[in-house]
Amino acid sequence: MLLNQFLFLGAFLFCTGVYGALARRNAVLVLMSIELILNAVNINLVAFGAFKNNVAGQVFALFVIAIAAAEVGVGLAIVLIIYRNKRSIDITQVDSMKG
Amino acid sequence: MIAENIAFGLIAVAMVIGAIRVVTTKNVVHAALWLVLVLSGVAADYILLAAEFIAVVQVLVYIGAIVVLFLFGIMLTRAPLGLQDDLDNDQRWAALVVGLLLFGVLATVLAKQFGRVHVNTNQVQRTADVANSVFTTYVVPFEVVSVVLLAALVGAVVIARRD
Repeated sequence: MLLNQFLFLGAFLFCTGVYGALARRNAVLVLMSIELILNAVNINLVAFGAFKNNVAGQVFALFVIAIAAAEVGVGLAIVLIIYRNKRSIDITQVDSMKG
Repeated sequence: MIAENIAFGLIAVAMVIGAIRVVTTKNVVHAALWLVLVLSGVAADYILLAAEFIAVVQVLVYIGAIVVLFLFGIMLTRAPLGLQDDLDNDQRWAALVVGLLLFGVLATVLAKQFGRVHVNTNQVQRTADVANSVFTTYVVPFEVVSVVLLAALVGAVVIARRD
């Protein structure tokens, strides 16, 4: 198989995730888009690992998965306190630091 | 070879549709369910790349744990279960332009650099090799990741606790 098949799929997932993170208003949906981005990176890591016949790609993908789990845990906790304080998770309303 | 390519094509089409639905659907719960489709597609891609361990970890951690966390987040923030028209903000078109431009740049670079490079998917990267690598070469980052996970766990409890 061509290496580019996986790399193009990863690039597409990455760009979809970037679109979602920029265009969504709901904080949980933004976190989901970030998951898409991280998965795109993982596809690239594993594909290059198979290409170079080196397990380092898989090991790094494992680390990315662990960090993604931590990120979702903390991210959803932050979303929960935003909801508790504002009664909404619309991130366009979280602008109290705007001048 | 042909079978692999057909399988990859089917998985890729499902993943592309799923990813687009995740970022465009008007129902929050449906977005989480489409995300399951994309994550399973990623796991299937790992199988195609002969990376068995990481495929199983993908199913366990992502589909088993992270999607459930998302569903809990949706439930606890009391999102309406029906259609919502206000899930996208005003920068939607700018975001679309950014996404398309980024994909154009990435696709051009990838096509130029890795035009006809083949990847060998017959060489299985065994779980034992991954474990050896994690516990010898990458043992320090591995321990650091476990501390990070603990810190994230404690941090999430502290942040979300009601005082």
